[in-house]
Amino acid sequence: MSDKPRKFKGGVHPNDSKALSASKAVVNAPLLDKYTVIINQHIGAPLEVVVKKGDVVKKGQLLAKATGFVSVPLHSPTSGTVTALEKCPGPACVSVPSIEITADGNDEWGSPFEPIADWQNAEPAALKQRVSDAGIVGMGGAGFPSHVKLSPTKPVDTLILNGAECEPYLTADHRLMLEQAEDVVLGAAILARILGLKTAVIGVENNKPDAIEALNKVAAKYSVKVQGLRVNYPQGAEKQLIYALTGREVPIGGLPMDVGCVVQNVASAIAVYEAVVKGHPSIERITTVTGEPLVNPGNWRFRIGTPISKALELAGGINVQPAKLLLGGPMMGMAQNSLDVTVMKNTSGILLIPVETVSQYTSEPCIRCGKCVTACPMDILPATISQAVENGRFDWAEQLNVLACIECGSCSYLCPSRRPLNQHFKRAKAEIMAARRKQQKK
Amino acid sequence: MTEVETPAIQLPDATKLVISNSPHIRGGETISNIMVHVLVALAPAVAAAVWFFGLHAVRVMALCTIGSMLIEEIWNKCAKRPSSWKDGSAALTGLLLAMNLSAGAPWWICILGSIIAICLGKQLFGGLGYNPFNPALVARVALLIGFPSLMTSWVTPQAGKWLACDALTGATPLGASGAAVASLNDLLIGNVGGCLGETSAIALLIGGIYLLIHKLIKWQVPAAFIGTVAIITGITHHFCPEMTPPALYHVLAGGLMIGAFFMATDIVTSPMTANGALIFGFGCGIITSVIRIWGGYPEGVSFSILFMNALTPLIDRYTIGKPFGYIRIKKEAAQ
Repeated sequence: MSDKPRKFKGGVHPNDSKALSASKAVVNAPLLDKYTVIINQHIGAPLEVVVKKGDVVKKGQLLAKATGFVSVPLHSPTSGTVTALEKCPGPACVSVPSIEITADGNDEWGSPFEPIADWQNAEPAALKQRVSDAGIVGMGGAGFPSHVKLSPTKPVDTLILNGAECEPYLTADHRLMLEQAEDVVLGAAILARILGLKTAVIGVENNKPDAIEALNKVAAKYSVKVQGLRVNYPQGAEKQLIYALTGREVPIGGLPMDVGCVVQNVASAIAVYEAVVKGHPSIERITTVTGEPLVNPGNWRFRIGTPISKALELAGGINVQPAKLLLGGPMMGMAQNSLDVTVMKNTSGILLIPVETVSQYTSEPCIRCGKCVTACPMDILPATISQAVENGRFDWAEQLNVLACIECGSCSYLCPSRRPLNQHFKRAKAEIMAARRKQQKK
Repeated sequence: MTEVETPAIQLPDATKLVISNSPHIRGGETISNIMVHVLVALAPAVAAAVWFFGLHAVRVMALCTIGSMLIEEIWNKCAKRPSSWKDGSAALTGLLLAMNLSAGAPWWICILGSIIAICLGKQLFGGLGYNPFNPALVARVALLIGFPSLMTSWVTPQAGKWLACDALTGATPLGASGAAVASLNDLLIGNVGGCLGETSAIALLIGGIYLLIHKLIKWQVPAAFIGTVAIITGITHHFCPEMTPPALYHVLAGGLMIGAFFMATDIVTSPMTANGALIFGFGCGIITSVIRIWGGYPEGVSFSILFMNALTPLIDRYTIGKPFGYIRIKKEAAQ
């Protein structure tokens, strides 16, 4: 591994707006009366609910169990009673099944497993089973079950922890690395042990020098390396991060393990640490609540199932009506139309976008300026693909490698004609995948 | 009643939230921004033209610029399309057309040129973004073929004299075959006969650097274009000096500077890829040199750019790079 991180091609430099919340220490959100826990918080097989209405549950008790390998269980955020099994607004603007827990106020632990204090000598398989049992997913946004990534079918020689946090506005990972540096490093060491590796590298964008310093103080003790990264969106995209740190290119349609890498988010590393050393399942996370319209932006440790409205109340409410409410960052986050959506394991940010930022752009014809081509970190031709999509030529879009697109939004960000490039690519990918499924059925 | 209990904290009105695809923030660039930048980049050349050709230059530039914008609006009205003069592209086309005309061009040439540029060069193809050829050059070449004597009689520059320069007709630096008729110094500053925008190399260079700094043009185009012309004419001059003037003379004289920095780099009609831009500039350079040295016309910049414009889609198609992570797929497939 080289000492100097490589420059990946393309990328953009949006105004990071992190100052709103970067200096705000993480606060534990107060216990609520009621939590509405969305059942399927991960990518993979849907869960099987094991509680019924009226059941009394402890904090950390199993609510729903995994139904396959790519699936992780769900645990109760607090002690109390299951009061409803209904549908609630989900993050994709559609209703999703959820479990409502009415808290009894005691917040009493009933964790389904014991701490593994002597993890240095524990079996890697047992540690991996714990990661799976604790319901840990990729907490950077994707929500992919962590234990699946820890079960590579190809030889792996590098473990990377993603602390880039390249999305503007978000500071949750920043605060976490700064305030819980040792826990992050311990989590990294546990992950390395599971993979049979001696070391791990934590990649952090250079705009968080205090976090790098904090990590460096404890990293050497566990032979973990901390690497500063160039500030360039999308530095935290998995493929770009691997390239920056190792110079390896993940093949299109491939996985990090194809180039001998495993990437985990720093927040997931903390969850791993807590699951192994403390015996706690994944029921809380640090989330940035930010945006110019908010009175008091900051970072909070929320239980899963906390409604967005409660999070916004903690941030002091709003001064002016925002134009958009997002889960995640402004480049890849999802717009919401309800304040009743609840915090999930992968909710890295709750962001309000002011009206001034969101003009309702009319899209104009492509003037072929090529800014999107220069900005594309995957080196495809956004302008041409977008025209192919507009003409319904999904076959052509496929030829032009639209499936390589990571949907980072850099092209749309720069486009002077305000073309909905990212939207076109999502459409093209969906159409191509649908056509392939049809083909397979035949 | 719960609403009364917490009146202090105001929450967003969920019914007013906008739902849209990511990204939710946008960079500041717009089409009119880009056009304004190019217009600003042309300012030194405009000033030089006014200095050397006086109010006649102002007349030609005003006629072409305002004419183009008006014609664009008339077209939009007739074609029932939304008004588009505000994006600045019509003004830019008009100004670039003016830079391709002589200070002595009659008013109807200016207007006819604007009509050809806007209607034939741009709108017939579907408007901004869809035109395969540089509209200003389409107009220039059409006028050059239609009115050869009018388009090749130049006004002698008279620096700083506002109203002079009426009937004086001077030689253009590339007109007399083989012989250099102007000093390099004059070419650099612009004290030579020619189109408004063909004269002052230094003013055009300043504008070009401005565009490069703002990343509005690809450096590959002017570098490859000017470099190729310099090399070909340099070699030819070295072996048969009587055939053509030296390389530096070729670089500074005629429309090469404005062609390389402002016409060939037109974003709509030049390739999008970096390698494509190199090929494009290289092709422009070869054709320009061939026309200048062996061709029937003294100047070949416009023809070369228009020819390469036609090849742009092809160049773009064959210079698509391999995406990130592509090589490995191939290697794996081979295994």
